[in-house]
Amino acid sequence: MAADEKKSLFELRRTQPAFRGLEAGHLACQGCGQALGARLVTEAAGPDVIVANATGCLEVFTTAWPRTAWRVPWMHSLFENAPAIASGIEAGLKAQGRLAKVVAMGGDGGTFDIGLQALSGMLERNHNVLYVCFDNEAYMNTGIQRSSSTPHAAATTTSPSGTERMGKRHLKKDLLSIIAAHHIPYAATATVAYPSDLRKKVRRGLEIEGAAFLLVHSPCPLGWGHDGALTIEVARLAVETGVFPVLEMERGDVVAVMQIRKVRPVSDYLKLQARFSHLFKESPEARVELEHLQALADHHIEVYGLRGTSPDPRDSEGADTVRRGGLRWA
Amino acid sequence: MLEAVEGSAAIAKAVALCRPQVISAYPITPQTHIVENLASLVADGQLRAEMVSVESEFSAASVVLGAAASGSRAYTASSAQGILLMTEVLYNIAGLRIPLVLTCANRAISAPVSAWNDQQDSMSVRDAGWIQLYCASNQEAVDTTIQAFRIAERTELPVMVCVDGYILTHTLEPIDIPAQGQVDAFLPPYRFSRALDPVRPISIGNLVTPEYYAEARYAHHHALLRAKDEIEAADRDWAKISGRRSGGLLSVEGRDDARIGILTIGSVIGTLADAREEYPDRPAKLLKLRSMRPFPVDAIRQACRGLSDLIVLERALSMGSGGIIGTEVRGALFGEPNPPRVHNFAAGLGGRDMPLEIYPRLLKAAEAPTPTRFEIMDVEMEKLPETER
Amino acid sequence: MEQTLADRTAASASQPARLTEIRIHGRGGQGNIVAAYVLAQAAFEQGRFAQAFPSFGPERRGAPVSSYVRLANRAIQRHCQVLSPDFLIIQSQGLLHVAGLTAGLKPDGGILINSARELPELEAEAADSLEGRNVIVFGADALATEILGKPLPNTALLAAFLALTGLLPLDALEKALARRFKDETLERNLALVRAAASEVPAGLWRVAAHA
Repeated sequence: MAADEKKSLFELRRTQPAFRGLEAGHLACQGCGQALGARLVTEAAGPDVIVANATGCLEVFTTAWPRTAWRVPWMHSLFENAPAIASGIEAGLKAQGRLAKVVAMGGDGGTFDIGLQALSGMLERNHNVLYVCFDNEAYMNTGIQRSSSTPHAAATTTSPSGTERMGKRHLKKDLLSIIAAHHIPYAATATVAYPSDLRKKVRRGLEIEGAAFLLVHSPCPLGWGHDGALTIEVARLAVETGVFPVLEMERGDVVAVMQIRKVRPVSDYLKLQARFSHLFKESPEARVELEHLQALADHHIEVYGLRGTSPDPRDSEGADTVRRGGLRWA
Repeated sequence: MLEAVEGSAAIAKAVALCRPQVISAYPITPQTHIVENLASLVADGQLRAEMVSVESEFSAASVVLGAAASGSRAYTASSAQGILLMTEVLYNIAGLRIPLVLTCANRAISAPVSAWNDQQDSMSVRDAGWIQLYCASNQEAVDTTIQAFRIAERTELPVMVCVDGYILTHTLEPIDIPAQGQVDAFLPPYRFSRALDPVRPISIGNLVTPEYYAEARYAHHHALLRAKDEIEAADRDWAKISGRRSGGLLSVEGRDDARIGILTIGSVIGTLADAREEYPDRPAKLLKLRSMRPFPVDAIRQACRGLSDLIVLERALSMGSGGIIGTEVRGALFGEPNPPRVHNFAAGLGGRDMPLEIYPRLLKAAEAPTPTRFEIMDVEMEKLPETER
Repeated sequence: MEQTLADRTAASASQPARLTEIRIHGRGGQGNIVAAYVLAQAAFEQGRFAQAFPSFGPERRGAPVSSYVRLANRAIQRHCQVLSPDFLIIQSQGLLHVAGLTAGLKPDGGILINSARELPELEAEAADSLEGRNVIVFGADALATEILGKPLPNTALLAAFLALTGLLPLDALEKALARRFKDETLERNLALVRAAASEVPAGLWRVAAHA
């Protein structure tokens, strides 16, 4: 950027909400949930943020040198250290008396798996950082390998379905409980299907003092095997079936949930995705796994109290489901 | 001011004098005293810095990387396994061309597990793209730490200050601790040209395709080569203020007519210097290699002119190959019209003492009709059960 | 103008080189390295050169440990182990059971043992033979208890050692102690220095110390 183009923070802020931290023209797949999620996060965060990005699709499709899609200062170091990089940026800003907000971003591989230790350290030290995990439930950047976030029974290239196996044998890691155990000021889940809900949670996460965590369910058309046009539909069904609970936590306690007025059967969500197609073949094993997945969703509905009669979030983009998210319509 | 002070406490004082803004570390002996000393300076309000006590060396290196990228002067210290755990980040810091300073309190690597000194840790990351300076004494550790911040910030390269663990870090001796005014006159406040800043947003750490990767590596390699001038300049300029030199890239001392040289690295140089006084009939030139990276090829060629034999003594090795420094010195001498015979030894591994008597033994070994390509000294394999040999 | 290391080195260059090496035996957690640091600090206060360092490695409370001091009138460049010390200071009589305690000690070297018992008794118990050695047994614990109120033997042992050897004047030790302690604790330690020094034969080891 040439010196004469330099804008003050005040001027940059005035460009909101038109300000986009992540520009179009990047190299993401059609219908990429993560690209949409990252755009929504940066829109809500505004211009005075610094982003620390873990290795993954987001880093790869936005920054092929000499180009970049980022209009906010952005740094990528490694796969497993985005929380520690963000901690360092935050400490550095503090030492300089600067006030920019720090957002860390990673996928489920960088968050649930290889970066979990660094994340735990960042949360324990309560750095003033919002960590956003775009959860697309597998290592998509390297060719759709299973992660600890991959749902039970989903097929990936390292947990394929076959005559002896029904996809991933293990459960999706309950990361939320791990996050909750750190008793940080604010943690929440959101999905790209409800942009207003997501944006409000980003703002809430940035306005509180201390560590905040946001888990964003982000469909991957390539890895999940659905049409790119169905990203929002798939993401919405994950909520309406109870597969992905949308909620807010303060100091580890659930304080608000997005209620489901009409709970849909899990198969409505699963059958749109090729990664679960083996569950819809006639076999006793498939039936057992379908029942298993339904039971897991029922469990979410039960423990988080998701069944309710609040207004349908479809009408408000989720704007009225958040207890602490600030503005009514974000 | 001249003080009797433990090496690690002196290094901590030197770091504090450089006004670091962010310090991050994970405990590992023998480096821990440095960080503990800094922590108490922060706790007593004598040092204004963010002290981030992390959950691993991996995060320690990452925190100082993030901090330096945000525009803060950053410092960390590590040792042994900690350096290895950081390795991925060390390469990343250097590749991103982020200036910061790390003290490596040199220690042996596991397995077998050892709590003692050698230099396998920093030597293992010699190709990470960092500047590596080795200290012969605690005074040099103090002066080199101060110089390191200026070198790092002028070259936009990270600097690893290597100090023999225990041997230097745990030894109390008289050390000149500079005054704050001296350091301030030498080291201006940190201004990072590529600092992360919302009003001038840039992307750091982009994906680089095969089209540009070789160019990036070339630029990094040449930045290290160019850093030689900054290393020399920092030593010269600091000498103007402090009256002390630490030896630039490579320093040579001894009689001009000496035909045998001993090139080594780290604290053993002082032992050899004392030994030379005890054996006055065997005068050898002592070549102190201070800068391992960048490797001072020209200075080595220059220093070896007129020598018949050069003994290279080192505290680490490249398994399956031999000496690390010895091999590089032979490479540096390639093409010289009358190069000295190079005899290469490793000693002092895993805390094995290098007493004064090593000096006459090295000189004796250099009398061999064929130069020793590489050997580990004092190995007595019969100490191990036969099945373990 | 303050003295720098270079000044001190230059001032000493014309003197004949003299190096005294001391090994201090103690138990982990009982101030073994502190004793070494204080002795080196005392030499430093006297304008000499000194080095002090512990035996390197993992630290365990209660285990036998040792630390080392080099005192010299010229700059000390070497950073190797002390293999043949001129003197041993044994902080606790129980260490006499440890084999190899006297290893490397020079033939005319002195051994200062902190004990309230008589030498023949200790000789009978010692793992290494003390026969023909220059041994002084000194009850530092009792004296320290009397003056400091606690059996902390370091100050008394160092004072006795300096009185025996004449390596440094006692006020060098007092200056070193003043860097560690203040107020009443310092006063008591200074009193302990004088009391301890008067309990051993002054200058008995002077010849060995200045060889």
